[in-house]
Amino acid sequence: MREGIRVKVGELKSQIGILKDLEVSIGEIIEEKWEEALGPTPFPSIADLRSWDLKILERYKPFYMPFCDLCCLCTMGKCDLTGDKRGACGIDMAGQQSRIVLLACCIGAATHTSHARHLLEHLISKYGSGYPLDVGGLSVEVEAPITRLVCGIRPETLGDLEGVLDYVEEQIVHLLSATHTGQEGSYKDFESKIFHAGMLDHLAMEVADIAQISALGLPKAEPNPPLVEIGLGIIDHAKPVILVIGHNVPPAADIMDYMEELGLQDAIELCGICCTAHDLARYNPKAKIIGPISWQLRFIRSGVPDVIVIDEQCIRSDVLIEAMKIKAPLIATSEKDCQGLPDRTRDPPDEIVKGLVEGDTPGVLILDPGKVGEVAVKAALKVAPKRMKFKAIPDVEELIEGAKKCRRCDDCRRSCPNDLDIPSAMARAAGGDLEGLARLLDHCIGCGRCERACPAELPIHSFMIKAAEKEIKEERYKIRAGRGAVQDVEIRNVGSPIVLGEIPGVIAFVGCANYPRGGVEVAEMADEFAMRRYIVTATGCAAMSMAMYKDKEGKTIYEKYPGSFDAGGVSNIGSCISNAHIAGAAIKIASIFAKRRLRANYEEIADYILNRVGAVGVAWGAMSQKAASIASGFWRLGIPVIVGPHGSKYRRMLLGRKEDEESWKVYDARTGEKVYVGPAPEHLFYAAETKEEAMVSIAKLCMRPNDTPKGRAIKLTHYIDLHRRLYGVMPDDVYLYVRTKADIPITIKDEVLQLLEEKGWRETVVPDPTLLPRLIRVQKG
Amino acid sequence: MRQFEPWQIAEIPGPKKALIIPKPGVAAALLKRSGRPLMVVGGEAVEEPTADKPVLEHLIRISTAGGIPMAATMGAARGLIERGVRLAGYMSAMEIAERLRDGSWKGFDGAGPYDLAVFVGLPYYIEWLILSGLKHFAKGLITISLDRFYQPHANWSLPNTPRDEWVETLKALAEALEGG
Repeated sequence: MREGIRVKVGELKSQIGILKDLEVSIGEIIEEKWEEALGPTPFPSIADLRSWDLKILERYKPFYMPFCDLCCLCTMGKCDLTGDKRGACGIDMAGQQSRIVLLACCIGAATHTSHARHLLEHLISKYGSGYPLDVGGLSVEVEAPITRLVCGIRPETLGDLEGVLDYVEEQIVHLLSATHTGQEGSYKDFESKIFHAGMLDHLAMEVADIAQISALGLPKAEPNPPLVEIGLGIIDHAKPVILVIGHNVPPAADIMDYMEELGLQDAIELCGICCTAHDLARYNPKAKIIGPISWQLRFIRSGVPDVIVIDEQCIRSDVLIEAMKIKAPLIATSEKDCQGLPDRTRDPPDEIVKGLVEGDTPGVLILDPGKVGEVAVKAALKVAPKRMKFKAIPDVEELIEGAKKCRRCDDCRRSCPNDLDIPSAMARAAGGDLEGLARLLDHCIGCGRCERACPAELPIHSFMIKAAEKEIKEERYKIRAGRGAVQDVEIRNVGSPIVLGEIPGVIAFVGCANYPRGGVEVAEMADEFAMRRYIVTATGCAAMSMAMYKDKEGKTIYEKYPGSFDAGGVSNIGSCISNAHIAGAAIKIASIFAKRRLRANYEEIADYILNRVGAVGVAWGAMSQKAASIASGFWRLGIPVIVGPHGSKYRRMLLGRKEDEESWKVYDARTGEKVYVGPAPEHLFYAAETKEEAMVSIAKLCMRPNDTPKGRAIKLTHYIDLHRRLYGVMPDDVYLYVRTKADIPITIKDEVLQLLEEKGWRETVVPDPTLLPRLIRVQKG
Repeated sequence: MRQFEPWQIAEIPGPKKALIIPKPGVAAALLKRSGRPLMVVGGEAVEEPTADKPVLEHLIRISTAGGIPMAATMGAARGLIERGVRLAGYMSAMEIAERLRDGSWKGFDGAGPYDLAVFVGLPYYIEWLILSGLKHFAKGLITISLDRFYQPHANWSLPNTPRDEWVETLKALAEALEGG
């Protein structure tokens, strides 16, 4: 247990000087007024949950796919680790790969933690450390399920969250140090540390989101928050336009406040890309969302933004170069992404604006969100008439002439993550047919690698944008603003049907926009499962991509389905830090519905979720290190994650082996017997090759040992139905998921029974499943 | 582009790179030498534009003549099932790869581990990664890529080849195996 003191002094006079508002905090204060008994692992250190991790890893074994044969992290190297070779330090390839995954997860967790820290510091400076937390009024009693679970504290104010971040920061330092040469060498222990990094990441995300929900008044667990506009076609080009990119909302919020203060909210367009856009729309639904991370180049080059404001995370590193192409000044607002710009934080706003308008500098760094608000608005008003929406997109004639210079060398295609057949499209364009280039944009992730590879220096991505100009202008959709947490009452309503299997699953579409075949696949998957009355949730870029398609009636998925956390609901939870609420919902099912003790009781809750809560994460376009750490937080909680084909580049899968009966045995908590429960869930982390494969796998991975016969029959119905529709045949592993004949869907009973007979199927029991011997109620002997 | 450069420019592997299969006869000899081969077919083998070429037909001939059971990834399963191809089994690409890594896996038919795996038709980068995983962790397994782009993590790979030449190579390989 961590204990400590916190001292706050209003004013202290000494020989050195006068100190005001001094606050000293040492360690953590474990709250004594919380009646719930403290569980076994408050503020767990790296090794405290290791035994749980190793249990999971016994079943879900890592399969490593190295990017290269070498380690190049120290000066004894490079070391060739091919096959059985070890490096100069003694590390082998499995150790090295797991070490790299840990590094990625530390980067991801550190990024969310740094975001949370800056955000919290800002909010405390603005609202005070005693500002109360409120994420859902009376609808949300468990305000911070992850914090309660991991730390064993019940935060009540913004100030209470500082100690949580102190813990997270300390642990990340320890984890990062484990990747140093001559430290950890075991792949299993690296994997355990990866899980730890993920758990810390979830804590940091929770801190960040509950702080901003409370202090900035974002929707508080609102099932039906307002619909906001999304798409490239929603911007009024006649107005000055301010574009915000990244993920840390205070500068954008202050721009909005300043606009409203001056009554300019209808005179200026404020829009965003990536998660800042989500959070800005949660802050004020008048803000507009352009689209996901991959929309950066296409929107900037369109020349529509007059001022570009960046905060942190997922911003293109060449954003300044792109901004300069369209003569739009750039305002950097985070010390984590200064872009080499002069720091004007302490200068008067009007002087800064003057420099930007006159083009003295392509941009400035301002580390004061309030000042950013004033400068961005004033600059946009003055820059817009001068720029006249100057764009970096060629006209049709230039495009065709450019296409004629294409040498068909294939370097663009060989540089394209999606192997798009650019040379063929260029050949068509050279003949005046732009349709090929337009269609490429549907599957383009907007990275721009094709342009850098082109020996003729053709602006290939801009060619695609021009070719698809008409469709781009028609991009007008609706997305529900991020709702934040799931209400306790919603959990009470769905807890039983989820745990019993009658709601077939909770699907979370999360992550970035590195899609193999465009964002439409995410929308199609989400629609399919909402129609089947799964609970569908979404965050981040995936939540945006889902919005950017309409059905035959012209409705987006958010207009078609309710936003409640219920069967057949589609909830936009919010930005990527809002992923904490998805993990939180799973935790709250164990806590609120099943009355399991939550406080510092991680292992038991994770065991409950793994065995009972049919939840699956789908990160179809996962790209970043943050996505890796988010996923690893879900793994430790027992929630499987499916990634798209590009997710294979995370270099490591966690795969179960369905035919290995021994690995699918659990304890029956009623009797202490070890019983076979089938491969449910079969994997913890895996990359699917196609959308169809992912859909079948989602249905399969929702099965859990605790499903009642009725629930299992419902889940099997969806699995079999999807498999038949997408593959044309009955899945060949159905027999592994039938425990008793009551599990068999009634409509296909004869067919399944015949299959069971062919496979020599034997009936098993439906236990009270657990992997933890200490939860066995009747000890044998 | 040279014949033995990775198709995707940045996919630089390391010191151990695939040997080029210089002519179909070499691939035929490798396949004949194997006591227990498996062919893993991915989704691109059944998608346009590959599907409109006789690629699949040649792969089936190679499988039949060489006595090489064909397994489909989930990306290829429907296309192959619909064409009536007799499959040893089908699974996700990752599941097949993980099992091939394990020397104690008894194979789709339960008869024992495979000693050679032929890959064709997976997205380039997935096949690249899977072959890397097998290069490092599958002891005793020989891997061959029959795709039209060089796969450096295989033991043996066809070189980068224009599409028509590639189809001819597969045809010649089928004929070499059929000729005994």
